[in-house]
Amino acid sequence: MELTDLTLHEMIRQLREGEITSVALTEASLARIDATDKNLNAFITICRDEAIEAARAADARLAQGDAPMLTGVPVALKDIFITEGIRTTCASKILASFIPPYDGTAVRKLKELGAVIVGKLNMDEFAMGSSNENSAHGPVRNPWNVDRVPGGSSGGSAACVAARQVPASLGTDTGGSIRQPASHCGVVGLKPTYGRVSRYGVVAFASSLDQVGPLARNVRDCGIMLQAVAGYDPADSTSVDTPVPDYLAGLEGGVKGMKIGLPQEYFVSGLDPEVKHAVDQVVEVYRSMGAEVVEVSLPHTRYAVSCYYLIATAEASSNLARYDGVRFGERVDPGKGLKDMYTATRSQGFGDEVKRRIMLGTYALSSGYYDAYYLKAQKVRTLIRNDFLAAFEEVDCILTPVAPTPAFALGDKTADPLQMYLSDIFTLSANLAGICGMSLPCGRAEDGLPIGFQLLGKPFAEADLLRTGYAYEQTQEWHTARPVI
Amino acid sequence: MADKITREEVEHVARLARLEFSPAEVDALTGQMDTILAHVEQLNELDTEGVEPTSHAVTLENAFRPDAVTHSIGVDKALKNAPLHADGCFGVPKVIE
Amino acid sequence: MSDTLRDKYEVVIGLEVHVQLTTQTKIFCGCSTEYGSSPNSHTCPVCLGLPGALPVLNRQVVENAIKAGLATNCNIAPRSIFARKNYFYPDLPKGYQISQFELPICEHGYLDIETEGRGKQRIGITRIHMEEDAGKLLHSDEAGVGSLVDLNRACTPLLEVVSEPDMRSSDEAIAYLKQLHQIVRYLDICNGNLEEGSFRCDANVSVRPYGQKEFGTRAELKNINSFRFIKEGIEYEVERQIELIEDGDKVVQETRLFDSDSGTTRSMRGKEEAHDYRYFPDPDLVPLVIKDDWITQVRGTMPELPQEKMQRFISDFELPGSVAEVLTAERNFAEYFEACTRLHKDARTCANWVMGDIQRMLNESGIDIEQIPVTPQMLCGILERIADNTISGKIGKQVFDLMWESSKSADAIIEERGLKQVTDTGAIEAMVDEVIAANPAQAQEFREGKDKLQGFFVGQVMKASRGKANPAMVNELLCKKLRS
Repeated sequence: MELTDLTLHEMIRQLREGEITSVALTEASLARIDATDKNLNAFITICRDEAIEAARAADARLAQGDAPMLTGVPVALKDIFITEGIRTTCASKILASFIPPYDGTAVRKLKELGAVIVGKLNMDEFAMGSSNENSAHGPVRNPWNVDRVPGGSSGGSAACVAARQVPASLGTDTGGSIRQPASHCGVVGLKPTYGRVSRYGVVAFASSLDQVGPLARNVRDCGIMLQAVAGYDPADSTSVDTPVPDYLAGLEGGVKGMKIGLPQEYFVSGLDPEVKHAVDQVVEVYRSMGAEVVEVSLPHTRYAVSCYYLIATAEASSNLARYDGVRFGERVDPGKGLKDMYTATRSQGFGDEVKRRIMLGTYALSSGYYDAYYLKAQKVRTLIRNDFLAAFEEVDCILTPVAPTPAFALGDKTADPLQMYLSDIFTLSANLAGICGMSLPCGRAEDGLPIGFQLLGKPFAEADLLRTGYAYEQTQEWHTARPVI
Repeated sequence: MADKITREEVEHVARLARLEFSPAEVDALTGQMDTILAHVEQLNELDTEGVEPTSHAVTLENAFRPDAVTHSIGVDKALKNAPLHADGCFGVPKVIE
Repeated sequence: MSDTLRDKYEVVIGLEVHVQLTTQTKIFCGCSTEYGSSPNSHTCPVCLGLPGALPVLNRQVVENAIKAGLATNCNIAPRSIFARKNYFYPDLPKGYQISQFELPICEHGYLDIETEGRGKQRIGITRIHMEEDAGKLLHSDEAGVGSLVDLNRACTPLLEVVSEPDMRSSDEAIAYLKQLHQIVRYLDICNGNLEEGSFRCDANVSVRPYGQKEFGTRAELKNINSFRFIKEGIEYEVERQIELIEDGDKVVQETRLFDSDSGTTRSMRGKEEAHDYRYFPDPDLVPLVIKDDWITQVRGTMPELPQEKMQRFISDFELPGSVAEVLTAERNFAEYFEACTRLHKDARTCANWVMGDIQRMLNESGIDIEQIPVTPQMLCGILERIADNTISGKIGKQVFDLMWESSKSADAIIEERGLKQVTDTGAIEAMVDEVIAANPAQAQEFREGKDKLQGFFVGQVMKASRGKANPAMVNELLCKKLRS
């Protein structure tokens, strides 16, 4: 067994017991990246020197015995996290050489807890995409089959964990961007409740939907990472000041007597039979462990994609106005005045999908259309949220597929944006409703591609999700499978 | 085509967003936006009369900071990423008043 | 333009005032709001609009807005929200300005003004909202660099006070502005400096023939930096619009800049495109909820406002309205006067000194009343000595000038300089005798009925005493001696 095969909690234990060093772990991680990333393209930036230096410091701390939770563990960050002194591109040409002067809150917390950041991960440009094909640095490949997409937008964050380049990573989830790639790559991904993790220092896509979350090889490791980054942050007005529980304390509590809801609207035509079969199996496992599984209804599900794409693009069109070539980023100046500089900078700096969404969002907010599109979508958002709140009156959590199909082939959906958007159908409601959700591996399609299922929980009930997921995981081996790269 | 949006509107929106597209791109975008807008038209099936809009899914109010000075990052760091700077300022093409 | 032509038209003016708040820090970040620092020295990820940075509202800005709302008779909204106003400009780092659009913090207020033309008028205040200021654009002479952007001012807090189109003359506009200016100065939420742009005014001006119901097409005059220029700009604009209409042309709705050199306004048309600001609620900020107890608490911290103070001065101190108005023009000045009245019972004398010598010396030395070397205690030291006849009023002025230079007490100066009034009857009598003896011709004329020579004799005696003789005693003794 190689060092990189260790899971996050195994690494933590062995580091503390002196069985391994952080330098050895970090070097192994970097070597694994060197060996595999030509095929995967999961990383945009590798922080070799900084990582080794941090690993040395971690070993010194471990030797002194005062090391915090993540000391010495190599992790990687989606390139949407602002990192002081380390290039942060958001997979966009427009930020090709942007070196931030500050650390975001999640990054600062990881550093304070001793984590070793080995690099910045590839993604869809500005987190806009479901396949990781919208990257200025080229697509990320699925470790289980390099002709398939890894999912998106946190494709690099999922692929790097599946390929055992690092034991855990951070991603962001605006409409499924953690859960869907986790599902496609056979790892565990958790989107916390809106407001649970600070967004300060995370490049904004859609501010009312974006949320930071962990990806790891198993539920426990996800819990450890969530513990590290969760909590109120006065620098983020939308962060919620509610206590963070000990996510690992109740992990082994089981699901006996628990009520799990199956939303009938999620099991309809368009759902791949293999996916449906895998999720049905999960339901049986829960029943066998003593959980009660009942049908619930989320009647406004079919409106979620429309609602989501109006709100997300409207917010994005405004969030991306700051990329104007004045204070940072790449400038293109044709020398014909200010307005042309703006237009050239933005037209050449942004990729097609980003421009398409800016256009859609600008249109939805523009004079005469605001009420019909943006305001209408915000009202429908209320209905969707109410669906979930009503369902949670009856059940403790909700079980659904993550994506209608396993990972599709590169290039399959790039020509039809709407079809790509519709593939987010099962994940984006959680963002609209602000609730927490987790994706876990639960099977393999005939061609070997991973299939995942999703657990959705009440606001701030991440501990329930982790406990429920953990109970299932203990009966299965899907999460221990290792792709051959 | 469902005619939710015209080429001219696409060009107008592009100007608002400080983006420019080739004629072929405008054609493609017009078609794509049209399809998407036709799809989102489904929201009109729902009666939202009297429904409060949701800005944040989590109920939040009153986040403040005290009026106390914290450290600025300094001119050098502020300008470090600027494509053009001079005299401690960001440089931009001449702005005509 | 002839008065008759002008009199055919009614002028309609609405004002938008941007009040820069004097908080320590910016509205959404902890950078200092200090004026005049080197460019971009007060910046951080938030006010630079760097990716990932998020705004957090300065609580003091909210309290200042509540104060402004209460002082202008507004309703304070129990729930208000921030919105993004989207447009591109180099001084606007994020590509949008955080402002308030629907649901501003204050609405439905008013100020009562008084002018010669229409007397007392109530001017409606539509709304007051909070927003962030933009940075500053400077022009560079350096080759290859067009314009320069300094973001020190970006994200500093502003209140925008929007009036109803209730003013009917430039005099009313100025009266309204001066009252608003006085209020924000009293509240100590704005330094009121028009030239530095701390109190900026845009005027919406239109005209219509008397009797016409609909408003005429308006022009917006931008950022004029003195009360005088605002008046000039409005006057020019009114005449321009009347001439256009009289010539059969149409007034175009547009933004116009006032040129203080020529006293005219010129169009900005052609240089700005039609705006579509695409306002929407800022998802980075949360609703602002203000409960009654917060309003009560803020109200408790507010000073007496200028109008109330003026009324109180009139009734408590029996001062004429015009005097009370001058005394209450500036809060510190009014408070100086009030401090004097607590130390010296004759309020009218206090008023005369404060409006006279104090004001004169402040003007001459060019300092603010905060830095005045003569405290109310010191000034009243002089007034007490005049009242108890230790010195004459005239000597009092001398003492005051010496006090301004030395910051010494009245008693110390009187003692040091030997300025104590001579009240010894014998000594004065001797001086009176001497003066009469020295001027026999005048004494004769006086006795023959030329009464106005009394002043000459008093002057001579005062001169002989180097001002120290008690003038009342001098008068009394002169009468007695000359008539005997």
